[in-house]
Amino acid sequence: MSDTEKGKPKKKDSGKIFLEEISKSPLTVTILAIVTGLLLGGLLVAVTSEDVYAAFSDSPWEAVKIGANAAWTTYQALFNGSVGNPSKIIDAFRGGDPETIRRAVNPFFESLVQSTPYIFAGLAVALGFRVGLFNIGAEGQIFIGATTTVIAAIFLKGLPAIIHVPISLLAGFVGGGLWGFIPGWLKATTGGHEVINTIMMNYIAFRLSEFLLRGPLKDPDGFIPVSADIQDSAKLFRFFDNPIRFHIGFFIALLFAYLVYLLLFKTTWGFTLRTVGANPRAAKYAGMSIVKSTVLAMLLSGGLAGLAGANEVLGVNHNLAVAFSSGYGFDAIALALIGKSHPLGVVLAAILFGFLRNGAIQMQLTAGIPIDIISVLQAAILAFIAAPAIIRTLYRLKEPDMDIDAVTLRGWGGN
Amino acid sequence: MAPILELRGITKRFPGVLANDHIDLTLEQGEIHALLGENGAGKTTLMNILYGLYDPDEGEIFVRDKQINVKSPSDAISAGVGMVHQHFMLVPVFTVTDNVMLGDESTSIGGFLNRKSVANRIREISEQYHLAVDPNAYVRDLPVGIQQRVEIIKLLYREADILILDEPTAVLTPQEVDELFAIMRSLVDHGKSIIFITHKLREVLEFADRITVIRGGKVVGSTTPQEADQNTLAAMMVGRDVDLHIDKPPAKLEDVVIKVENMVVLDEIDHVAVKNISFEVRAGEILGVAGVQGNGQTELVKALTGLSHPVSGTVTLLGQDISGDSPREITELGSAHIPEDRQQDGLVLTATVANNLVLNTYYREPFAKRVIIQGEKVLENAADIINNFDIRTPSSLIPVGSLSGGNQQKVIVGREFSRPIKFLVASQPTRGLDVGSIEYIHTRLIEKRADGCAILLVSTELDEIMELSDRIAVMYRGEIIDVVDAKDVTKEQVGLLMAGVVSEKT
Amino acid sequence: MATTTMNNHMEFVSPTRRRVIGFIFLGLAILLWGLFARDIGPDALTTFRLTPGGSEQELPNWVFTSLPMLNILAVVSAVVGGYQLARGFGKRTNLMLGMVVAMFLFGFLTWATSGGSLNLAGLFRSALVKAVPLTLGALSGVLCERAGVVNIAIEGMMLTGAFTGAFVGSVTNIWIGLLAAVLAGALLGAIHAVLSIKYKTDQIISGTVINIFSAGITSFLSAKFLQKYQHLNDPGRFPTIEIPVLSDIPFIGPIMFQHNMFVYALYIFLIVLTVGLYYTRWGLRTRSVGEHPKAADTLGINVFRTRYLSVILGGCMAGFGGAYFTLGSVGRFDEMMTAGRGFIGLAAMIFGNWNPFGSFGAGLLFGFFDALSAKLAILKVPIPSEVMLMFPYIATMVALAGVVGRGQMPAADGQPYEKE
Repeated sequence: MSDTEKGKPKKKDSGKIFLEEISKSPLTVTILAIVTGLLLGGLLVAVTSEDVYAAFSDSPWEAVKIGANAAWTTYQALFNGSVGNPSKIIDAFRGGDPETIRRAVNPFFESLVQSTPYIFAGLAVALGFRVGLFNIGAEGQIFIGATTTVIAAIFLKGLPAIIHVPISLLAGFVGGGLWGFIPGWLKATTGGHEVINTIMMNYIAFRLSEFLLRGPLKDPDGFIPVSADIQDSAKLFRFFDNPIRFHIGFFIALLFAYLVYLLLFKTTWGFTLRTVGANPRAAKYAGMSIVKSTVLAMLLSGGLAGLAGANEVLGVNHNLAVAFSSGYGFDAIALALIGKSHPLGVVLAAILFGFLRNGAIQMQLTAGIPIDIISVLQAAILAFIAAPAIIRTLYRLKEPDMDIDAVTLRGWGGN
Repeated sequence: MAPILELRGITKRFPGVLANDHIDLTLEQGEIHALLGENGAGKTTLMNILYGLYDPDEGEIFVRDKQINVKSPSDAISAGVGMVHQHFMLVPVFTVTDNVMLGDESTSIGGFLNRKSVANRIREISEQYHLAVDPNAYVRDLPVGIQQRVEIIKLLYREADILILDEPTAVLTPQEVDELFAIMRSLVDHGKSIIFITHKLREVLEFADRITVIRGGKVVGSTTPQEADQNTLAAMMVGRDVDLHIDKPPAKLEDVVIKVENMVVLDEIDHVAVKNISFEVRAGEILGVAGVQGNGQTELVKALTGLSHPVSGTVTLLGQDISGDSPREITELGSAHIPEDRQQDGLVLTATVANNLVLNTYYREPFAKRVIIQGEKVLENAADIINNFDIRTPSSLIPVGSLSGGNQQKVIVGREFSRPIKFLVASQPTRGLDVGSIEYIHTRLIEKRADGCAILLVSTELDEIMELSDRIAVMYRGEIIDVVDAKDVTKEQVGLLMAGVVSEKT
Repeated sequence: MATTTMNNHMEFVSPTRRRVIGFIFLGLAILLWGLFARDIGPDALTTFRLTPGGSEQELPNWVFTSLPMLNILAVVSAVVGGYQLARGFGKRTNLMLGMVVAMFLFGFLTWATSGGSLNLAGLFRSALVKAVPLTLGALSGVLCERAGVVNIAIEGMMLTGAFTGAFVGSVTNIWIGLLAAVLAGALLGAIHAVLSIKYKTDQIISGTVINIFSAGITSFLSAKFLQKYQHLNDPGRFPTIEIPVLSDIPFIGPIMFQHNMFVYALYIFLIVLTVGLYYTRWGLRTRSVGEHPKAADTLGINVFRTRYLSVILGGCMAGFGGAYFTLGSVGRFDEMMTAGRGFIGLAAMIFGNWNPFGSFGAGLLFGFFDALSAKLAILKVPIPSEVMLMFPYIATMVALAGVVGRGQMPAADGQPYEKE
């Protein structure tokens, strides 16, 4: 701020200061990144709309209008698909028929259903980030977690739900945890990079679950590679009747987010894990065990991802199919980054992504926009979050205050 | 005759720091010009500007009376300026030949490398300046002294006339230092001109033709070895008459705290780095470990602090064998460690000051109850230490990386000294610090000694060793070649031992 | 010259590794004997056909009695293993490892074929074909990582290349389609470069961005256009060209020299890249930037420009490799058609020690398992093909764990360069 501004503290200036504060906040960057990503998505819809090109020969202006209209329709469909169509909801409540009401409000709950695996998987990746580990293998851990869950949920019979559900969840945690443990252990003992190893473990998981679903786990009565349905006692409790699939898994996910928060920030284990993540050498000098922390972190991370798979099996699908996970593990990387690897941030980002994905399904049906546009959106948002300088340049934001750090961290001279 | 190089009014600002403040410097043809200054005085910054690595904010550079514009190292190289950096700029997996020609390759049509002709050129240079080196050797296989030669050959291959050597003696034995200065002399005799950066007074007085002293980014004076002596130079460097001496009461020797017997330690690539050494440190004494960097001190320290384990021999701390113990087990016995590389090993720069102050006690009462961290206790502890150890920080909740180097070291010292400790390993405790902080750390070490703590001080700064130690163990090629009483030896004698020359015992 | 000496140097063999590898040799010998030799009768015959289907060459079948062959292989492996345990092969360890693994695989084929017949030439040919996209992907990785930029976006770049090649190839002609695929790869390479070099984004994240983006945009556009208008997804394929003289070499000719342009381009890239990296100024500078960028900077080499160039070239290579799927193999774009082969390419690069021919060797090995998994049903071997397909991934993890020797990962790989 210049001296003249300091000299005249007027109302206008305080507004300016306020703006300046906002423009330095990292949260602003996050929000602008999301908004910009959505705008780019609209642009993509517009430029790939056939009508736009048809109209171009008449007048470019008309084409722009049609393009904007296409984008608007798309996002309207996205909103209706993810939150619900407001007029329909109002009508339904006026009508009073329970099933109509359920249908009208279903999109909102379905979005939460979509968010649930995102929360688990996002927590998995975020926990890894905090310990300096890049768990790119959440997708494979989800598969293995789902597989072990389905085994527990099909083959354990005669248990009451209060026992069967936790055991099935635990099976998912253990399965995913094992899949995280292996690369963690390899990293800790041999130095093999976890990024490569988790990628490899992903594909091993895909092949393994394919093998199991074509062979031992295949529903004996079916023809396609899908497992039998799980026992009723293993299904997660649903709060409403059809078609609302909203189940207790969402709250289990929130509980785990809170547990991860406690673990990371309130316990000595979390202190160790975060120290290892921030500076493994100093951690070692301070008597912490890098091997244990790395293995533990990957185990927990894999376990959380495994829970995402378990949640899908027990709460939504009630069986296991090949390629049932539509890239939750990869989206989770974006989630963890957008949520700044903080459990609360992850939960918010996961809910956002859940709404987007659910809305996109609707969008595909009503506006004819392929659901894959969501991946494009995610990639753009992720790029902006990872390179905040782009957003700052785009919106002429100020650099955050880093002056104190800049001086000493730079280590100028070096002599 | 006109100077071969002239710097006029060079100014460089970094955020919050004026690194170079209107510096003027001239270099005559055929002279060895020493640039003397404390750590952080701005010497390297100045040379990096001359070499095109930094952009100056103000100032002009003239080579042979012609102003040059140095935007990048290529500009400097084409103006005949070459620099040997403190940390060698060699690619370890390349051969000497590849390293020498990199950036100025000899190629045939199509960009194919002409390795033979470069190797021959290297042999010619080797012969002319007595810089023996095998062009086909891989750099990672060469000892440090030879690597330095490769660096010098790199400059000569580019036909540089003005050579800048940044702290060239830091990693060399006294003997290698003598060889280096012989080489420098021969270069000067062949018409080259040399600027060498150092903070070691002895070298300056022995080898330089002219001396320019820099302090706080400014030139404070220029002199010659004939006109100056150690005390005047030291005063110029630090800006006041420094009493290099520290008051140290005689040692009150008590029980043996740590006893090392026939210890062998391997380094990271499984080579024997510490050979069969034995020593002991008593409560209330400082045992200084002198030696040129890379003679096994690092591995010795790692073995004593549990970061690595000796392959044979015993280490007994307070009557307990700790040779297989983990760092935490050793710490809990009452041992403390000031690591060599404070930013890498001693601190988590991105974590808060408060958390750094409990880095090795966070898991115990009162900072944790079972596994739950007690935030208030952590903050109270931070407030106490910040107060007691005079750590200058606006808050205990800012990242420790935003503190100055001296204050960072105080965080480590505060953390280690505020525990009841009986044994301290201090490794290069003052490296890179300003004089004020050095004095502070030294005083604290002496205080700990008076409290009856056994201290093992590892330092490559001979002055520091001489000043603080009661006894001095000299390490050379992994062995302790002699342990001497600090009162009975001169610096020169220890220097000879550091070079591996064992004197006849009478 | 430079490469060989460098490799020799790297093959310092630690005692642990020597023993581990010795036991691996012995283990393979025991497997050869216990699993294979004991499983078959003394008179069973193995028949290998030596001309691939569709070739005009006529070579007699190779028929031999299975059991003696397996016994010989087992004994040789055991002897080699014993020597390795006792003395070690020093710098020839990796060579011996390759030979013993080859013997084991040959033993496996002998056993699997005993009492039947297998087209060996067809198997090799198929392995080579499957190795092509993997190796092209690996070369993309070599280009980027030799300059110090990690590229896990090979998959995405290949997918985009495949899509662009199919689409542009359908609208124009197949050569322009190929060019467009290369340019699309270059564009993604440029994005990766800007994110990771200019904005210093973590290179893994930057690669992930490109992978997510590529999967999304290609599926989006494919669903929106290619599926609706079939003529936009019909680029045709590059024809098979038989190289005169070379294709007439018995056995080898039909395997190596009766392919389309992509295979020959791969041969050329392998040679050009090897020579380029180790014998030219460009290669020396590129590698120096990947090993010690600061040193390169102090010698007047523009680190940023070198890295940009390498990553964009790497993108071109991946785009070219992607075009193989549509223009060289299938003749049409399908969503997610690269199916993780970009990641296997990454694995092949690591397994091949960041080196072009090493990558090719790894690509061939991985391709061999892929080809073999397709034949398992014919051979009536009780191993599920999915298990066979896991091999490349497991092999890479084993390699990364240091069993096959520490890789020569460029020292500054993955680290953004910060100019002071």
